Amino acid sequence: MDQKLYISSSPHLRAKQDTEQIMRAVIYALLPACAVAVYLFGLPALRVLALCTLTCVLTEVCCQKLMGRPFTWRDGSAALTGILLALNLPPSSPWWLVLIGAVIAIVIGKQVFGGLGHNPFNPALVARVVLLISFPVQMTTWSAPTPWGSGLDVVTTATPLGEMQSAVMLTGELPAALQQNTLNYVLGNMGGCLGEVSALALLLGAAFLFWKRIITWHIPLSFIGSVVLLSGIFWLIDPSRYPSPLFHLLTGGLILGVFFMATDMVTSPVTPWGMALFGVGCGLLTVLIRLFGGYPEGVSFAILLMNAATPLIDRYTRPRVFGHGAAKAQA
Amino acid sequence: MIKQYKTFRGGLHPPDCKAGSAHKAIEDCPLPEELSIHLSQHIGVPAEVCVAVGERVLKGQAIGRARGMVSVPVHASTSGEVVAVEPRPHPSGKTLEAVVIRPDGIDERHGALSGADYRSLSPEQLRERIRGAGIVGLGGATFPTHVKLSPPPEKSIDTLIINGAECEPYLTGDHRLMVEAAAGIVLGINIFRRALGARRVCVGIENNKPDAVLAMRQACRETGIEVVALATKYPQGAEKQLIYAMTGREVPSGGLPMDVGALVQNVGTAEAAAAALSSGRPLIERVLTVTGPGVAEAKNLRVRIGTPLSHLIACCGGLKGVPAKIIVGGPMMGTAQLGLDVPAVCGTSGVLVLREEDLAVRPEGPCIRCGRCLQVCPARLAPTTIAAYARLDRMSEARAFNAMDCIECGSCAYICPSAIPLVQSIRHAKASISAKRKKH
Repeated sequence: MDQKLYISSSPHLRAKQDTEQIMRAVIYALLPACAVAVYLFGLPALRVLALCTLTCVLTEVCCQKLMGRPFTWRDGSAALTGILLALNLPPSSPWWLVLIGAVIAIVIGKQVFGGLGHNPFNPALVARVVLLISFPVQMTTWSAPTPWGSGLDVVTTATPLGEMQSAVMLTGELPAALQQNTLNYVLGNMGGCLGEVSALALLLGAAFLFWKRIITWHIPLSFIGSVVLLSGIFWLIDPSRYPSPLFHLLTGGLILGVFFMATDMVTSPVTPWGMALFGVGCGLLTVLIRLFGGYPEGVSFAILLMNAATPLIDRYTRPRVFGHGAAKAQA
Repeated sequence: MIKQYKTFRGGLHPPDCKAGSAHKAIEDCPLPEELSIHLSQHIGVPAEVCVAVGERVLKGQAIGRARGMVSVPVHASTSGEVVAVEPRPHPSGKTLEAVVIRPDGIDERHGALSGADYRSLSPEQLRERIRGAGIVGLGGATFPTHVKLSPPPEKSIDTLIINGAECEPYLTGDHRLMVEAAAGIVLGINIFRRALGARRVCVGIENNKPDAVLAMRQACRETGIEVVALATKYPQGAEKQLIYAMTGREVPSGGLPMDVGALVQNVGTAEAAAAALSSGRPLIERVLTVTGPGVAEAKNLRVRIGTPLSHLIACCGGLKGVPAKIIVGGPMMGTAQLGLDVPAVCGTSGVLVLREEDLAVRPEGPCIRCGRCLQVCPARLAPTTIAAYARLDRMSEARAFNAMDCIECGSCAYICPSAIPLVQSIRHAKASISAKRKKH
């Protein structure tokens, strides 16, 4: 035989799903939310999405050129960060805000740590929080949704969570109308970031991720469960001051955060119990920040704080190795 | 309600690729022009050659003497002339001493071979016969069977488990054996049962082989042998995982099945033991699967030990396309070969030929902490952590993360989306940890 044969140690088969496919699947899962954003907020939303994604990819290429490392933009992780960041920005974001955010996400959020897989914090959230602290005015100027063809000029408005917080601060009571808009919150007919407005579109994408087995139920279930539990306790104590769990679930970046940011593989724990613990931490912190913190929205901060705890969680939730201790013998 | 099949935690579902050969009856592979029978047919000490070049040997005649306790003799697999005793390529990748026989085509049987009723023999005599017949585990690990059947007196074995899981993709030899030779397997099981005095005997078969489950259930009627359909999952046939699925007992870390009163034998080993006792035929042939997209026609063959792979492939209509990787064993744990001049040994459960387009070679990427290797690891290790330490040459950390408990099934490397050679790094860690242990 003259042919050259490959020699390598077993296994000789590999699963089909590679890193690139995983990233691509998450991007596909975000497309419904992107479509709703463009429908509701029009061209400005499209501009933010395109600019953010492009800048992220270009920044990654520039970083790797400067560091003399191989280009990895093809793996889709930079584009994904770009889309996620865009979905975390207000539709009226000026171009320079988007640009700064994208560069921060890739450079500070990812490349300084060594690129994909090495970053301890979710890059898109790092950028979002830096922007929120540095440019609070631009980051909290919200456009009212003007569904395509309704012909309205862009009007500024507040997000339901912002409205809630200022109302409670001023009057000590929740505005009555706020909790009756459930259908609008589900569809996305409210003020907010590009991607946080439509729960329906986000859930559609999340279902796709479950189907493709890219995310497991551990983080989403424990995150949502702990939000419902803690916000429910407050709501039962004083419904005139604290909004219902449903309001917490449907407003702000909760759904986006639960299914697309908290489940980020790189920055969340790898063990099943660790994931559950991580989700519970995210949920509790989210509610506490929303109700008692200085910002109306707590999801980003909660996830970043829990990202920091990830190595510790992983260390203490390692599964019992087969054949070690606690082995039950039964006939 | 969905029926819950017994299994273990972890594992995965690679494409089973068995359709090509699962329904093909076992064929006898014709004799090749030359047989090279290695003196290393098992993991113990290699046999010592006891024939000379030019000598005529008969089928079943011993050509290698056992050396030491963990060793068995090696036999000629047909009659013919010994043309050489020299180092030849072995499926392990090494070049090892082999007896080369040119068959005379008569296939004349050695006169001294005779069968016996196993019920008339004592456990000690049964073990001696099994040893004399050169029986080793045919599941792939090739541990001498008589050693397994001789547990120290303080370890009583109450459960004998027969492994018919055959969880490796592509391989169907055990499946066909169970369908076609269930009676022989049951005879072998009874021999093992008598040699051990085990109370409970059960056969585990993955539920993707319903015809094998049925055939074994029929053959086991009124014998007290249970036939259990297991979940189809890789590595269901791994010894510790199989024991857990069948009994709920966990073999302790660093321990042996006998530490939990269990013993595992492969169905092929049972059939070989039955042949050795009933007709006196030593282990000179085995059933294996020649398969893969690079072979013209996948087949299950009964093959004489020492038959070169090239002959096996020729019996299956030759190669199809350009071979890129030739594997002895299954795709998950088999060994890649340098060429086709390697002969089948006792541990050869299959020959798999893959073409370039079947390999899907892709560059290694960074770990994205997806956690899939942890989800699939049947030993419940953190493969990515151990591999990372191993690659930094920090072996004491690798050991602290229980590298030695790795069963090397390769599930982690299979599932890794970044194509990181996880199991390879862990194997390296295990090797250096054991080497260090030996030094001290």
